[in-house]
Parts: sequence; structure tokens; C-alpha cells
Amino acid sequence: MDLKPVIMRADHISRTLTTEALPVTLVKEASVEIRTHEFTAIKGPSGSGKSSLLYLLGLLDSPTSGKIFIDDVDITGYNQKKLAQIRLEQMGFVFQFHFLLPEFTSLENVTMPMRRLGKLSDSEIKKVATEKLDKLGLADHLDKLPSQLSGGQRQRVAIARALANNPRMIFADEPTGNLDTESSKTVQEILKKLSREDGCAVVAVTHDPEFAKNCDRTITIVDGRIVA
Amino acid sequence: MRLLAFIALKHLLARKRQSFVSLMGIILGVAFFLGISSIMQGSEQDFIKRLVDNSPHITISDEYREPRIQPAQKLYKDSMVSIRNVTPLTETRGIRGYEKILGKLKNTPGLVASPVLAGQGIITYAGQETGITLSGMIPEEIDSVSTIRNYMVEGSLERLFGNPDGILIGVTLAKDLSLSLNDMITVVAPSGDVKRFKIVGIFKTGRGGYDRGQGFINLKRAQTLFNRPNRINSILVKLDDPQQALAMSKDIESIVGYKSESWQEQSADLMNTLAIRNIIMYSVVSAVLIVAAFGIYNVISTVVMEKHRDIAILKSMGFQSEDIRRIFLIQGVLLGIAGNMIGIPLGALMIQGLSNIKFKPPGSSDVIYMPVSWGFEQFVIAAAFAICAAVLAAYLPARKGAQLMPVDVLRGGS
Repeated sequence: MDLKPVIMRADHISRTLTTEALPVTLVKEASVEIRTHEFTAIKGPSGSGKSSLLYLLGLLDSPTSGKIFIDDVDITGYNQKKLAQIRLEQMGFVFQFHFLLPEFTSLENVTMPMRRLGKLSDSEIKKVATEKLDKLGLADHLDKLPSQLSGGQRQRVAIARALANNPRMIFADEPTGNLDTESSKTVQEILKKLSREDGCAVVAVTHDPEFAKNCDRTITIVDGRIVA
Repeated sequence: MRLLAFIALKHLLARKRQSFVSLMGIILGVAFFLGISSIMQGSEQDFIKRLVDNSPHITISDEYREPRIQPAQKLYKDSMVSIRNVTPLTETRGIRGYEKILGKLKNTPGLVASPVLAGQGIITYAGQETGITLSGMIPEEIDSVSTIRNYMVEGSLERLFGNPDGILIGVTLAKDLSLSLNDMITVVAPSGDVKRFKIVGIFKTGRGGYDRGQGFINLKRAQTLFNRPNRINSILVKLDDPQQALAMSKDIESIVGYKSESWQEQSADLMNTLAIRNIIMYSVVSAVLIVAAFGIYNVISTVVMEKHRDIAILKSMGFQSEDIRRIFLIQGVLLGIAGNMIGIPLGALMIQGLSNIKFKPPGSSDVIYMPVSWGFEQFVIAAAFAICAAVLAAYLPARKGAQLMPVDVLRGGS
């Protein structure tokens, strides 16, 4: 099997939380490579550090030791402003609880990252966002508020939003954890399609063995350490 | 910035009731600020206007601010000179060489001056006696330094021009002594001299003491009555710009030597009272807006608390801390602007309403309208204060929101 190009490389990263009692290490010496066209699952028991690893890879948290490279550039120690810019341009996030902004319609939620990036005109942004929602079967729900959508629909809006700026990497934290079997399947298919057709690197944390089976690669984490 | 304003507006509109309540705080704060400051400013301006109009802008009197320098002190300038038991010269009081001084003053542009000899007299009429201050003036010049013409109720100022024995008295005095126009009265001077005058005009200024104890007569008659020929004891000066009085009085004093007092100096205690009144007023009305600011702090704090997840999601999307801070600051600014947009017209209506209120001040016989000021600066102060209070109130919760780390919220929420 020929290896796809590496986008991100985490080299022996650890994350330790300093609490009042004892320091807690969430992730220990994890080394991960994220490649284009690859659908990776991170699995492990509850509290094993799956999500913590995902947040580190998604630059939402900074490792206490180790290094992270994007395109072989060491981004460890970048300030929050630079990290936010990388997230804006290169990453998309999907969370278990959808996390749509409740006051905004589906379309507005999807346009938000594009408007923040500011590379397209208002009309182009609207057009692209509509296309993305349409692709995910939400053409009839553009002007609906999240409260008017079902769980599956909300998660698809969240995926559309994650895709807004055509990211190279999608990070999903238990994206199907809160969905029924039907919606769960749809979401899995969408994510898989993204890695196949759009060339995104998709990294998803999951509990679901079926979901993990569907992925190209599985990282198993126990007690913060990658075991397989 | 448009995107941030859009998010901010949505947040506020999502909590209509809370936003409305905090908005009402700002609206009422601004309106009351304007209403109260307009009355305070209006009454102050009215008061100063009356003060400036009805009194000379500068009064040069026959006194010296410093005691006269003794010849011995002049002779031994650099030495210590001790002089004891100096008996002042007995001389006729008054401004010496006043024609010369007047000549100089009259050549100064933007200034009119007129001489006055004032003294005490006793009016006797029909067996009654009452004390009166008589101002001897050049009748033709009264208009230029006094507003007494505006207060004439009977007779006229002109009648004084042609009648050297004419006198103008106040309405209260006329009433007390049952005097009427064209009556003859007898005035006794402190020197014992007696003269008879004909009442040619009666004025009513509304100021009790003035209407009871002031009279105007011809300067020449006053000089004879008080036995001070060719003397005056004060020069009244009116300026085109009353605000120049303070500086001008100093210049005049340095030239003529006699004590020269501006209206500000004469009313220093009143001006201080007005300044203190302003401080109290602004403190009170500012307190109203500060309370309103707490309302804004409350609503934005609540939004920030409720929006932890949204902040986390916006940050994970790539929004900077600065963007988050701006979103909440804009909410403060929006509340401030909206508060001003409604509060200022409401305040203007309030001022309009106040200006229509008629009342009769105690001690005055006239019904007057509430004096209000439409000063532009109070609108600016109210608007600026409201915006500042709103932004300041929004800043603390905004900063807290901006500091939020998305991972902390995600860990707790997922």
C-alpha cells in the first residue's frame, strides 16, 4: 500500500493537567501522522485520552511536551492567534453535541467560518454554503434554526460548517455518539466520502466498533498511551 | 467587523426581555441626565444672564485695593521703613479727575462707561420716612449701563432727561408710601440738605430690596444734595462681551488706580455656589447612568455565561480571542447607541415639557417659565457618558469571554 502525503505529524506529544491534588497526564508520548485521503479512528475506553489527543491534534490544546509539525513546519509554541488562523484555514471540527450556534440558521452557521476568513464575497459565500448543505441533503433546511432540525440534520449542518473553508483536516469528536443508527450511518458515509473524494484527512474519536471498522486506520489509546 | 456585529446583534435579540430592560436603563439614564442638566444649566444661565444684564460688568469705585504708599516708603525704596500712627487725610470722598478717566475709557472699543454718585437719603412723605439709596446718573447714559428701562411700569426714563428734579423709584417704595406718579417727595441727605423731587417714573424689577430701596436721580442734583460738587464715587462699565470683564477690570485698575471689580469678582461666592451645584448635579445624573451600566454588565455577563459553548465553537472554528472580545464589546456599544437614539429624543421631549411649565418663584410677583438650556454640550456629554458606561460595563464580561479556552468547555461538555 502506497502511503499518502503526511499533513500533520505529532511527535511524542504529552499533555499533563496540573490540578490542585496531583498532576494528571491525559496523553502520554503519543506519535501520530495524519495523511490526506485517510480516515482515521481513535478508539479506546472512556477516559483513556481519546478526545484529549484529538484536541491536541486539532490545536485546541497545546502539548506540555513533544512537537507538532504541519507540512514539516514545527508549530509547537505558536501563539493562540496563529493557531486560530491555522484552524480557520486548514481544519474543520465536528463535535458530539453538534454545537451549532442556536441563534443562527443552518445557512448562517455554515457561512460563519467563510465570513471570518473573508476570502469570498457575500454572494459567493452564500452560494458555496448552499452547495455544501445541498450536498449533505439539507437543501430544504437552509433557513431553519438548529432547534427546528433533528439530531442527524444538525450533525450534517455541523459537518457542512466544518467543510466551509475546504479544510485539509477534519476532526470529529464522537460525531455519531448522539445519533440513531440511521443517522449515524449517514454521517459515517459522509465522513468517509470526504476522505475518499475530497482528499481530506478525517480523524474521528469513536466508541463504536462498527464505526472504527469502517475507517482506514485505527489508533487505540489506553490510559493516554497509544497501544495500537 | 460586520460579522462580529451581526453575531452581537443576534445575541442581544435572542434575549429580548433582558436586553430591553438594560436598554431602558440607558434610555432613562440619558433622558433624565438631559432633563436634569438642562434645568440646572438653564437656571444657571438664566441666573447669570440676569446678573450680567442687571448689574454693571465692571464697577470702578472710589476705593483702593491696597493702602496708599507713604512718601517715606517711596523715598527709601530698598529700606525697611516703619511708619506708625498714620492719620488718613480728610478729603472729600470720590473719584478724582473722573472726567479724564471717563475720557480714556470711552475711547476703548467694546466698552461704555457712565459715572455715578450714589449716596443714602431719607424720603419723607406724608409723615412717613424711609431710607433709600440714590444713584445720581447722567440720565441720557442710564440706558447704556443699566437695564432699568425694561422694568419701568409707570412714567418713563425720558421724563428724567428733561426734568432735573425728577426721580425714579421702585414700585414697593411707591406702594409703602402710597406714592404715585407726579407726586413730590422730600429727600434728606446725611449732610442735612433737603431737596424735593418729582416722581417721573416707577420701576418694578421683581427684586424686593431693589424695588424698595433704590432711586435714580440726575447726577448734578445728587452732587448738590450730597454736597460733593464735581465728584462721583463709581463708574459703571458695560462690555460688549461680559466674559471679558475679569481681564478688563484688571487692566482698568492698573491704569486708573482705583479699585475696579468685575461682575465675576463681585459675585464670586455665587459663582462658587453654582460650580458646586454643577458638581452635585453631574454626580447625581451620572449615578443614574452608572446604575444603568450595571444593567448592561448584568445582561452581557449573562450572555457570556450562557454562551460558553458558542465561544468554544467560534474559537475552534478559528475566531481569535480578540474577535470574541469585540463581539461582546459591540453588544455594549449597540446598547449604548440604541439607548442614545431613544434616550436623546426622549430627553429632548422632557426638556420641551419642562420648558412649558409655568411657576411663580417665591418672593416674585411674576409667573415665569422654567428656564431650560438646549446646550449642545449636555447632549454630547450625555451621549458620550452613556456609550462609555456601556462599553466599560461590557468590557469586563467581554474580557472574560475572550479568555475562555475552547478545550476547557469541550472537556466539560462532551
